[in-house]
Amino acid sequence: MEDIIISTLQRAMVAGTPLLLATTGEVICERSGILNLGVEGVMAIGAVVAFIVTMTTGQPWLGVLAAIAAGMAISIIHAFSSITLQANQVVSGLALTMLGLGLSGMIGKPYVGKPLSIKMEDWVIPYLSDIPYLGKILFSQGPFFYLAIILAFASWFFLERTLLGVQIRSTGENPKAAETQGVNVSKLRYFSVIIGGGFSALAGAHLSISYSKSWIEGMTAGRGWIAIALTIFALWNPGRAIWAAFLFGGFFVVQYLLQPLGISPNFLAMLPYVATLFILVLISLKDPRKLNAPAMLAEPYKRGER
Amino acid sequence: MIKIKTTDRYNITALRSFMTNIFSLLAALVVISIIFLIAGVNPFFAISEIFSGSFGSLYGIKETLTKAIPLILIGTGLTLAFRAKFWNIGAEGQMLMGAIFATWTGLTFGESLPSYIIVPLIFLAGFIGGALWGIIPAILKIKYSINEVISTLMLNYICAEFLTMLIVGPWKGKERFGFPGTNNFPDSAILGLIPGSRIHYATLILAVICAILLCVVIYKTRFGYEARVVGENPDAGKYAGINFLKTSLILMAISGGLAGFAGVGEVAGIHHYLGYPASVSSGYGFTAIIVAWLAKLNPVYTVISGIFFAGILVGGDAIQISLGLPAATVEIVNGTLLIFLIMGDYFLNHKITLQFSNK
Repeated sequence: MEDIIISTLQRAMVAGTPLLLATTGEVICERSGILNLGVEGVMAIGAVVAFIVTMTTGQPWLGVLAAIAAGMAISIIHAFSSITLQANQVVSGLALTMLGLGLSGMIGKPYVGKPLSIKMEDWVIPYLSDIPYLGKILFSQGPFFYLAIILAFASWFFLERTLLGVQIRSTGENPKAAETQGVNVSKLRYFSVIIGGGFSALAGAHLSISYSKSWIEGMTAGRGWIAIALTIFALWNPGRAIWAAFLFGGFFVVQYLLQPLGISPNFLAMLPYVATLFILVLISLKDPRKLNAPAMLAEPYKRGER
Repeated sequence: MIKIKTTDRYNITALRSFMTNIFSLLAALVVISIIFLIAGVNPFFAISEIFSGSFGSLYGIKETLTKAIPLILIGTGLTLAFRAKFWNIGAEGQMLMGAIFATWTGLTFGESLPSYIIVPLIFLAGFIGGALWGIIPAILKIKYSINEVISTLMLNYICAEFLTMLIVGPWKGKERFGFPGTNNFPDSAILGLIPGSRIHYATLILAVICAILLCVVIYKTRFGYEARVVGENPDAGKYAGINFLKTSLILMAISGGLAGFAGVGEVAGIHHYLGYPASVSSGYGFTAIIVAWLAKLNPVYTVISGIFFAGILVGGDAIQISLGLPAATVEIVNGTLLIFLIMGDYFLNHKITLQFSNK
């Protein structure tokens, strides 16, 4: 039983890793006032690009870099339509998801079902990994796990403690005031959307070259959407996103723990999605005012308007 | 030096709106052509194949009309929700729930009731199923301020798993010989087809009637007015004493219910049993978003845009076979079209002039 719990927790960390990466990216993006519903599509692009590059070059980190570049590039579409053209951000994001899922399906078709022989070694941290229980769960994971946590902390520091971070937040709260302070609202919003896209693609790269080591159409399985929900759950704070993401990673793996008890696997598969709704209700019941969404989230900003 | 100056445009004529759509579609076509070129396919050939596959033959036209039925129904419902800025992305789930309710009704009462009773009954059941699944996000949004994009999407996944749970478990039929799926609908509960096609005409007529009726509701009734105010100016709506919960519940019941109708059509008109979610709906709930957007959120125009996008689906199937392109091609085409349609809105709402100066 002990072993099962440890391995479940260990897998919860792995399952939570892409959620954390994507959520961190979406937090940065939404803090600048832009809602990006394209996470799912960008994640798929990241997954397929990382897989193809890793497979052809044999260099997983090259795959990761290529995925980030591709994710950033495709996010420019959403940035352009929602910032420059002031288009409806909900629909623009949906379109990005459709495009991303479609493009990934087309590019990845010759690679469906091919296993990846290159393995990313786990990083077993000396000494720390010897700690009973915790060592196995937290300090003997793949590189993406550490990367996700470091990036989440770095993003928290960036948003809360650096000038650029404060400026990004101010464009999401009060773009007019930010502009009178000499902040270039459009530029910062572009920056945030593109960075967010890079994070989503990184999450996708984890799925294809580390988590499942294969590519199949639709392998993101709604994780991008859950990341958008987690952004709310984390109250737009990358620090809170850490435990939120790993809690949800737990919802993804606990189904395998419960399956031997004879519960329908489809019923268990509903769990992460039901939990998302349930937790959002709980947050709202606790104190709706705590949902401090960026004031100008999803509101297009027009320069020179009253 | 040339300076680009943009000013807001307030009087938008129907003609300008139509022409903007046409130019957006043409611009999208250029980008789609480039994507085809990169994929190593002759774009002129591919695009002409899409349209000849869907509108170029009698078979194509029949298939296009068949696929237009769910798109018109769902797209119509979405125009209402989107006008109230209720971003219902959950039509897929609402459609599946409609199919589930219809299947239960058809299998339970179908044997003992004549066709003229059971058919209206399964449509009613489908509407109720879709409506119930649709009002959940409305309650969550108004009572718990949960973003409807998230809740409708989560409910899609939940409904798909629920449906699968039913057809591999308690509802698994003996007639499927061990494969997941329910037994076949009794003959009385199966919708009639136009001979030589898969067009279940009852649903098609229903779709057109719903589109016209909803147009009347949106533009001529108090409820339609309130729904538009909720979307366009919620603060004014609050002052005017509009009950947001009631308005949202009704509009999502209609939006979800129409998606439920689409689910009924698929199970009772085409498959005659309830199978895997992917077989009941091949992403109609998402494609219908573009249908609604191309129709400029006017229910009547969804009849045209629904047929147009059904054509792309059918033509997309055709080029998969003739050019060996993956199924995802259609998604690329759809995504690109949607991006250009919303980008086009900018040129509809703004007047852009070039100013030449000597500076």
